[in-house]
Amino acid sequence: MLLQVEGLRKSFGRRVAVDDVSFSIDVGEVVGFLGPNGAGKTTTMRMIAGYLEPDAGQAKVFGIDVALDRRRAQERVGYLPEGAPLYGEMTPWTFLRFVAETRGMDKDAARHAVTRAAQDTRLGEAIQRPIETLSKGYRRRVGLAAALIHDPMLLILDEPTDGLDPNQRQAVRDLIKRLGKERGLILSTHSLEEVEAVCTRAIVIHRGRKVADTSPAALAEQYGGLDAAFRTLTGGEEGL
Amino acid sequence: MKSLVAVYRRELLAYLTTPLAYVFVAVFLIAIGTFTFQVGAFFDQGRADLASFFAFHPWLFMVFLPAIAMRLWSDEARSGAIEILMTLPAPTWALVLGKFLAAWTIAAIALALTLPLWITVNFLGDPDNAAIFVGYFASLLMAGAYIAIGAAMSALTATQVVAFVLAVLVSFVLTALGLPLVLNFLKGAIGGATAEGLSALSILQHFDAAQRGVIELRSVYYFVSLIALSLAGAALAVDSRRGG
Repeated sequence: MLLQVEGLRKSFGRRVAVDDVSFSIDVGEVVGFLGPNGAGKTTTMRMIAGYLEPDAGQAKVFGIDVALDRRRAQERVGYLPEGAPLYGEMTPWTFLRFVAETRGMDKDAARHAVTRAAQDTRLGEAIQRPIETLSKGYRRRVGLAAALIHDPMLLILDEPTDGLDPNQRQAVRDLIKRLGKERGLILSTHSLEEVEAVCTRAIVIHRGRKVADTSPAALAEQYGGLDAAFRTLTGGEEGL
Repeated sequence: MKSLVAVYRRELLAYLTTPLAYVFVAVFLIAIGTFTFQVGAFFDQGRADLASFFAFHPWLFMVFLPAIAMRLWSDEARSGAIEILMTLPAPTWALVLGKFLAAWTIAAIALALTLPLWITVNFLGDPDNAAIFVGYFASLLMAGAYIAIGAAMSALTATQVVAFVLAVLVSFVLTALGLPLVLNFLKGAIGGATAEGLSALSILQHFDAAQRGVIELRSVYYFVSLIALSLAGAALAVDSRRGG
């Protein structure tokens, strides 16, 4: 099992962000995380990536508890944070070298890893330009390349296509499909069409709880379309 | 260790590719020159030493070094890049130490750029070069302490200006405790022994001791402890982010 999440819980002050979420992921699965803003998707992903510690429950990557043995778990996870924050003054080349070397690779290994990740994400000429001068689409690719640099089996991508134009979005989706074949992948998204296009499984989160976990096709069939499923499962309080 | 070197190189590159460090080093050099020659009356002393130069180091460092250190963590927290850093399998101490060493390097460069002054005194007279060397060594150690304090304050807040103000405040208190004026006031307020004790903990006392040309082991120990303590605080503050 690539990833096992059991009874994960996290509160910020009195607000419960993630409430008893459990699921597991195997190789070849592309799992779409669905839910309204503030449902707890990002918090869940951050706990799996080792950025936040859970209040209760555990996330295990290859059986390694992220909270107990953070660094060993993080060696096996590639993570794209929401909005893909980067160091603007660096070029993708120096940034990716930095990520590779901070991950403990020596110079040669880092150079190879950067070259491979740049090819995988089709960075092309952009690799030598300062990140702050790149388009949003290219910046997202840099973030993806950073997540891929150590060729992890488990990828966690927080809104990888958010804010991209349709062409850029298609390019990222193609990449996700390619990557998902021999890895495990979780991505959060607001686009239901994206879930249909790339995901083999959909997990719907609402108010910190998991309310559905099945294939997108089954979800659509049960509720008469993914749109309807999303609204039925998570709607209610925001109606006009 | 690899992650420490990687973080150090990234931070140093960040300093050298943005105008901030250049501006601060330039302004620092102008300020130290002004103080040494105008306020310290370097030429009127008629002595071939750098006392009027070193005397202003604590007071200038206290303002300039927090400005160098303020971006170390605040900037990452504001841009969100800290999430990348903290999801890499690197120990927190390596991140903290790498960043600190990069900022300290900038301070060392600024200090090295004052060497023409040392050449000047050697040209004008016959100074005690061993004492000057000790002065530079103590100054570098002291710079480390101010930067470590700045790094700790930067780890506490996502706003650079807040980090700067906090660091100047803490640095000022730690420095001014060694002033005779403050010491006398404290003696009246809290009693002689306590006041002497507090004063012995001040940056100024340890730095002034070194300006007499001998650096005592306990002063080295003091500055190293201050650096270690501040960096441990920074590491705690960084790690506490994981708690939410």
